[in-house]
Amino acid sequence: MQTLSPERLTELRVKANDVRAGIIRSLVAAGSGHSAGPLDMADVFTALYGHLMAHRPDQPDWPDRDRLLLSCGHIAPVRYSAMANFGYFPVEELLTLRKFGTRLQGHPERVTLPSVETTSGPLGEGLAQGTGMALGAKLDGKAFHVWVVTSDAEHQCGLHWEAVMTAAKFGLDNLTAIVDRNFIQIDGSTEDVMPLEPLAEKYRAFNWDVFTCDGNDIAAFIATAEQARATRGKPQVIIANTVPGKGVSYMEGDYTWHGKPPNREQADRALAELHAERERILAHA
Amino acid sequence: MPSTTLDAAAQAMRLIDYRTGVELVPTRNGFGEGLIEAGTRDRNVLAICADLAESTRMEGFKKAHPAQYLEIGVAEQMLVALAGGLAAVGKIPWIASYAMFNPGRSWEQVRTIMALNDTNVKIAGAHAGVSVGPDGATHQAIEDIAIMRVIPHMTVVVPCDAVQTKAATLALSKRVGPAYLRFAREKSAIVTTDATPFEIGKAQVFREGSDVAIVACGILVYNALMAADLLAREHGIECRVVNNHTVKPMDEAAIVDAAQTCGAVVTVEEHQKHAGMGSRVAEILAQRHPVPIEFIGVEDRFGQSGEPTELIEYYGMGTRAIADAALRAHQRKTK
Ligand SMILES: Cc1ncc(C[n+]2csc(CCOP(=O)(O)OP(=O)(O)O)c2C)c(N)n1
Ligand SMILES: [Mg+2]
Repeated sequence: MQTLSPERLTELRVKANDVRAGIIRSLVAAGSGHSAGPLDMADVFTALYGHLMAHRPDQPDWPDRDRLLLSCGHIAPVRYSAMANFGYFPVEELLTLRKFGTRLQGHPERVTLPSVETTSGPLGEGLAQGTGMALGAKLDGKAFHVWVVTSDAEHQCGLHWEAVMTAAKFGLDNLTAIVDRNFIQIDGSTEDVMPLEPLAEKYRAFNWDVFTCDGNDIAAFIATAEQARATRGKPQVIIANTVPGKGVSYMEGDYTWHGKPPNREQADRALAELHAERERILAHA
Repeated sequence: MPSTTLDAAAQAMRLIDYRTGVELVPTRNGFGEGLIEAGTRDRNVLAICADLAESTRMEGFKKAHPAQYLEIGVAEQMLVALAGGLAAVGKIPWIASYAMFNPGRSWEQVRTIMALNDTNVKIAGAHAGVSVGPDGATHQAIEDIAIMRVIPHMTVVVPCDAVQTKAATLALSKRVGPAYLRFAREKSAIVTTDATPFEIGKAQVFREGSDVAIVACGILVYNALMAADLLAREHGIECRVVNNHTVKPMDEAAIVDAAQTCGAVVTVEEHQKHAGMGSRVAEILAQRHPVPIEFIGVEDRFGQSGEPTELIEYYGMGTRAIADAALRAHQRKTK
């Protein structure tokens, strides 16, 4: 297990801030798209690309790379921004989000942007495919790890639970699911629309190893993920508690930001807030 | 001086004088309005949604008839099966999601629980077609007509505008049996009025002409009307435009009559060319009155992100593309 130095942690927190700024810039340029989920997963994606995963930005098809699947494809802006900020493509390309001819489709596509591993958007299909990849790694004795980011509302899909059962049957300890537990979905709170609690107990009952942490605390998330990854014999889930819209004051906690972008003026305010936060992180380093 | 630019057929259909300007309203709004009214007329009408109340326009029903509204989360297979159960005990459930997910994800449940089982469930398939726009291919249902029209006992309706979508919602609510109503996301031209007749299974002649028949459904009916005017202006070719809103059961007599009168047909739909409304027209005409047919639709490809009109043009469903297809059909018949 690698320990995280204070300098490295500061670097990652600044990166997460850059990832958030990239999300805002791409969304305002697109004029449509999702804000709340991408912003709340910026810390998790930064931890994955910046610390946890084995990957090579200059060789996206490296056969031994860890596989990262984004099951809830609508939060693609966070993945695109993380990829750009970690060197997969120039950050300017983020401004093509959702436009005709772009690689950055409204929902991510494997064929247009290969390292996204799979096409997603239709909810609830990521863990099942991740289970297949993890099983394939086991069959071939490969060491790569499979990470699946999934939203909380995806836990209303039957297929997701078919995957939970299957991964446990095969004892896929090379598979880690990360739940964006922000308690929101389109029509309101997950607990009003279709209650998910007690979520951790559900996974435990399905023979998974269950971890819970603050998904907006990079250090806590990395420590939890390293512990999870060390599990043997079982798949693991990290229930990452997040604040929807994290980092932009007027979006935080408000489900109505699930599926709309900021307008120009709102984006400027968001970018100013993010810039101030960036200065704070550096000042306290 | 006639006070209208409409021909007799269009006047009989009580159309808007669309050449002098149209209002743009999403077809999904018509569904929302019709659903509220259906829920008032019959308290057994239920609306069940899978976490898309606002964009499928079930939200108004939720406010108007809270006791008849159910929310079940992101669970489209459950949506169909639950509705099947409710219908079996006397309810009339309307279930709504994006067409890609219902009937896309739930197709086997639709086939067995709604059709084979013959239950009175109505599907509202929202965000059909590439005109969904920036969301991209994963959300653009362009195969749904194919998978629904192939199911025995299913009724499949693709109304041409918001006003007709309301009429179709009310008509389907009264008709007993499984049904699929397909509509779109984007604003589109209103050409019909409250006085326009609407009967499931009865195609409508929106423009008279005897050179080529343009048989269209959905929001592209307006493009078909524009293409017909273009051909009249530029080539003196007069097209009959048929609003073929019911894909199943299709109005075979109207299709055969159009082929007999015009001798050439163009079909127009925001769907794969393969196995869609146009393919059904071809099946009918191959047996009953073969004529040259051209197809407007997506040519065996997936959609992608972009602006709605940009995508309609790119995939060859714009006014000019329809006019060109009609010219080709016309040339083939006179050869
Ligand atoms: C199978 C399926 N049904 C419906 C949708 C439409 N949809 C997009 S996101 C979403 C739910 C949003 O909740 P969550 O997944 O928790 O994401 P968050 O709002 O937290 O970002 C729905 C229903 C979809 N993408 N896939
Ligand atoms: Mg959520």
